[in-house]
This record gives sequence, structure tokens and C-alpha cells, in this order.
Amino acid sequence: MKHLISVEVENRFGILARIASLFSARGFNIDSLAVGETEDPTVSRITMVVPGDDQVIEQVIKQLRKLIDVIKVVDLTNQPTVTRELVLVRVSARGRERDEVMRLVDIFRARIVDVHPESLTLEVTGDEEKIEGLLTLLRPFGIKKLVRTGKVALAREYKG
Amino acid sequence: MKKRTGAEIVVEALIKEGIKVIFGYPGGAVIPIYDVLYDTPQIRHILTRHEQAAAHAADGYARATGKVGVCLATSGPGATNLVTGLATAYMDSVPLVAFTGQVPTSMIGNDSFQEANITGITYSITKHNYLVKDIDELPRILKEAFYIASTGRPGPVLVDLPKDIQNSKTDAVYPKEISIRSYRPHYEGNPKQIKLAANIIDKSESPVIYAGGGIISSGASKELYEFAHHNNIPVTTTLMGLGAFPEDDPLSLKMLGMHGTRYANYAITEADLIIAVGARFDDRVTGDVSEFAPRAKIIHIDIDPTAISKSVRVDIPIVGDAKEILPRINALTKGKKREAWHRKIARWKEKYPLKYNNDGKLKPQFVVEKIYELTKGKAIIATEVGQNQMWAAQFYRYTRPRSFISSGGLGTMGYGFPASIGAQLGRPDEVVFDIAGDGSFQMNIQELATVARYNIPVKVAILNNGYLGMVRQWQELFYNRRYSQVELSGSPDFVSIARSYGVKGIRVEKCEQVEPALKEALSTPGPVVIDFRVEPEENVYPMVPAGAALTEMLDGLA
Repeated sequence: MKHLISVEVENRFGILARIASLFSARGFNIDSLAVGETEDPTVSRITMVVPGDDQVIEQVIKQLRKLIDVIKVVDLTNQPTVTRELVLVRVSARGRERDEVMRLVDIFRARIVDVHPESLTLEVTGDEEKIEGLLTLLRPFGIKKLVRTGKVALAREYKG
Repeated sequence: MKKRTGAEIVVEALIKEGIKVIFGYPGGAVIPIYDVLYDTPQIRHILTRHEQAAAHAADGYARATGKVGVCLATSGPGATNLVTGLATAYMDSVPLVAFTGQVPTSMIGNDSFQEANITGITYSITKHNYLVKDIDELPRILKEAFYIASTGRPGPVLVDLPKDIQNSKTDAVYPKEISIRSYRPHYEGNPKQIKLAANIIDKSESPVIYAGGGIISSGASKELYEFAHHNNIPVTTTLMGLGAFPEDDPLSLKMLGMHGTRYANYAITEADLIIAVGARFDDRVTGDVSEFAPRAKIIHIDIDPTAISKSVRVDIPIVGDAKEILPRINALTKGKKREAWHRKIARWKEKYPLKYNNDGKLKPQFVVEKIYELTKGKAIIATEVGQNQMWAAQFYRYTRPRSFISSGGLGTMGYGFPASIGAQLGRPDEVVFDIAGDGSFQMNIQELATVARYNIPVKVAILNNGYLGMVRQWQELFYNRRYSQVELSGSPDFVSIARSYGVKGIRVEKCEQVEPALKEALSTPGPVVIDFRVEPEENVYPMVPAGAALTEMLDGLA
């Protein structure tokens, strides 16, 4: 099962290398990783998606907490969260296909950010379901390039 | 306020942390620090003949005293030579602060002369490390380094010091107190878990305490002793835990695991409750994990949450310091007698004692027994790695913490001799032995110069069998006696080589020479090397083959 883990770290050089070294030394995998500064410039937040069974994830979280520069680790997988990912996708689009692609852009509230006679480049933001939905529909047209930021996430403040 | 240089601040930090001895080796990138040390007589610098030995000596000092060990090396090759020492200390949770020189900040990343990315290299073998890029941060970093190394689960911390940082000046002062928001080890233990543990202990008919090096790091031997005796629970220790519980006590089962006693392994396997304290269920202890303690519930007390449920499922985890937690559990337990369990264990002890075939040939076990006898069990024993280490563990009886100094986790050959130097300097009034093999001793043999130069009176007992004995044993038992590259011809005459360093050398070839040789060594005020020409193909027994269950022990005497 994939877990969504949010890690607050000291905003110091080398922290990513430390985390990468931990994952490689312990044989953990990472599906995606997004890093950036938070509201406090001394703190960065890393959002990562980590595959593994419960025992592996328990070790991942404990090992992360053990790193001196790691301030806080939260497993968001089973919590109410807002998650988003941004994807840029270049899709083949010639003749009548262009209209169909543009219709999908409207439906998914994506944006066209680059135009070429043979292709369109789209920007789409959303949760995993939306992004996977759009990509599935675009695949038959021919996806030429794809780049993803990796998920970012925040726990919801109101947990009702 | 007078501004001071980085090098001055480093040395001042050593003084403020109460460091009396450091181990090091100079080089271009640490000359500023050596220049300050030149005027600092209150810090004794021991010049080893290899940086690896400096790291191991600092480690041996730390294990023997419980204080932080300090080593110092230059950039590049000096720093990389520390790597094995840092990994050794990391695996065994030894508090160490290692200082390395680094090329000037402006040259980092340029493949400069004697440049190595030592922080990158040591991420996974240090508890934490620092590359100092701003002189104003240096005092805080130094304070943090000593704090991190010595608190929580102890470990090595490396501080990489670019040469320009050593020379530049600041008025920042060494902080008295330190607080790190992302590092707050907790010691108390959860009260609910402690209560649960006490309940389950009172219900248990056949419990075993499995005690590791954490008892020694925590200084919890007395607490362990009281807990075991109040509840009448037998105690087995890991290699790292030797000395945590007195082996001459009736409750002692001695060591468990691959070369542990049969009775310890049987007790673990039949136990209905395992109380693991400061131990981490290493594969050399558990054997086949799926058959480890099949009937037992497990209570695991450890200061490091990552040690819990890493390889073995735990029923009651308690995160915290053994020294705090054991008395609190003790206060809640009733002190059951458990007579049937003790009768059973007594039968195993009687039936399966540790033994060897003492047939008049010079046996390594006999040498270790004699060392025990003549030092009255009061020596500090450092070991190398391999058969020598296991015989030292089995046939010397450890009754005090910090009396057995050995590379358990990493299994570093060449560790024992430099570690014995550190141990002797930390505990100058005690007899220190390095029980060595002829292979391991040659991995840091150059330190004969160090013991000669400072007249450090360690006694090196080489159990010389002419082989890499443990690998030979595996090849004998599991590879059809195909002895591939384990025969060590070409080794020097250890007596002559000791003498050429100005160290006393004694050769022993027969049983009756053992006692006189050891007496001579013990009455010599300086270092001594004794070359024991032992039986070449003696094996360590009992033995659980790698990956087998603990009860599947081989025994050469059966």
C-alpha cells in the first residue's frame, strides 16, 4: 500500500541527501517527493509517497524521526487531507483531435500552456483521481512528454 | 570580547567538555588545530600510526569510561581512514566525536588536493554530522555534537572543519545549554506500558531477560540486577551486553545466540516471556527469526524506537531509558519464585556446560581461562573479531559493565588492539588485555609503535592458529573443508616484531608455558605481546549455523 507522508525538516543544506541516504541504506523506495519552504523559512516540508506494508512504513517513519534534522513526521494516509499534484503533459493533437483534446481541457479545468501544430501542452492540477482520469483519456491521442511535481498535501484543519 | 579563531574554539570546546585525551593524526588541513594543541598541555594528544586506529582508540576509551571519545584527522585520506572506526562505533552505539579537516570552503567541490566529501560518505554511519560553513555557528555546532553523541542512543558525530573556518575569527561563545527542537530523546517510558509489562511479568511462569549493550550505555546494571533478583528471572546477555549482569550469578545464562550457551538458547526457546532490554534482536542472536522464542510474549525496552519491531514482532514496546524504567516495573511486580523454571534451567546447565576438549594440546580456550584465572576476572578484555572474540566471550567470566570491549555489530577486525589502547588510557589503573587472532592483529599491528612510544601497558594475547580461523571453521563445516584463502603463511614472527618496536614479546607453545608467560606479562610494567601458538584447527562450539533455529546447535564434542 502507498502511504502519503509529510515530513517537516530543518531548512539546511544536505537534508535531502540525508533522507536519500537513509532510504537507500535501509532499502526503502520512494514513489514521489516534493520539497519546499513552509510559512517558517527555517522549516521545509517534504511530502512523499512511499510504498510498503505496515511494518515497512512503521520503520520508514521511525527512521525519519531519528534523523536529527527532522522535526516532525506525519502519516497522512488515513487522515482527511487536501492533496494536489501539478502535471505538464504534451499530447499529440492534429486536425479533429485538437478539438477533442480541448474539450477534455475544459472538462478537467486544465489549461493549454504551449501550442504546436502537432501537439498541445496542458497544465493540470488536482488530486490523484482527477489527474489519473485525464491521463487515461489523453493516452489514446499519444502522450509525448509528461512531468509531474509529485504530491503535496496538508491535513485538513477541520477534522469534524 | 576577544575574537577567537575556529581552531581555538574547537580546543576550548574540548576543555569545556572535560576531554582529557584525544587520538589523532595531523595533516595539512588540520595544522591550525594542531598549532593550538601545541599550547594546550591539559589535553593529551595520542598520536596513533593510522587514523583508523585513532577512531578505534577513541571508541575503546568511550566504551571503557562511558565518556565521549574524541578523534581528529585531516581531510581526504585522513577522513576516509576514520570511516571504519565511525561505522564500528555507530553499529555499537558508542559516543564519539570525530573532527576532520576539510579544504577551504571556497575550494569545496573542486576535487581539490586531499578533498573528500566526508559528510556525504558518513551520513549512514554517523548519528549526525556537520560541515561547518559559517564560523559564527561553530560554537553551537560543537556543543550540539557532544550533546547528540552522548544522549539518547549514543553514537558517533562527525564535525568537518574547512581550513579557512579554523583560521577565521568570531566572538560567538560556547553555549552553556543547548536545546534542539528536532532532537528530544525521551527517557521516562509510558506509564501504561510499564503497568502492562508488570502485569504480564507477574503472570509469566518461565520468563527470560535478554539484556544488551543498552544496559551498559544506560548504566543500568544495578537496576537490572535488582529487577532480575526481585522477580527471580534468569538473564542472558548479548555479546554487547557481556558484563551488564554478573556471569558468576546463579541467574546468569551467559551469552545467547550463534555461539551462546545451549542453556541460554534453550531457555529463550522455551520461555513464555522475553524481556528484551537495550538489545535489538540481531540476526546473530535470533537465528531463524520465525522460530525465535516461539511461545513467548515479548516486552521490549529500548531508548531507540527504531530498534523496536524491526526484526521481531513485539507485544509490549516501551521506549525509554532502562535505568529509569526497570525500577518502575520492579516496583509494580510481586516477585514470583518460579521454582519449576529454575529447576529446568539448572538441569540444562548441568547437562550442557560450555566446554572444550582439553587434551593437553595448547587450546585457545585454555589460554582465555588462564587469563581469567590470573587476572581474577578483573581485567578489561578487548577483542578482535572472529574465533578469538567468541572464545574471549565464552571462557572469560564478565562480572562488571565496561569490562568487555569488542566490535559486535560491524565485526571489525583490527579493532581490538587500538581499542585496548583507548581503554587503557581511560582506565589507567586496570589490567587491559587484547585477545587477538593472528589475522586481526596484523590489521593494526602498526600501533605497536603507539604502545611503545607512550608505554601503554596493554597485554596482547595472540591466539595464533595460522588461519583466518572463523572463516576456516565455516569452510570446514559448510564448504567441504575447501580452505580458500584462509591460511596465513607469511605472517611475521610476532615476538621479533614486538621486540623491534621495543615491546616485550613472549612465545608460548605448550600448556605449561601459559601460566608463567601470563605472570611475566602481568608483572611487566609496559606493553607485552604474547604469541600463543594454539591448535590450528580448533573450532568455536556450540554453534548455530547461520539462519538455523537457536535449538539446532552444532557441538564438536557430541
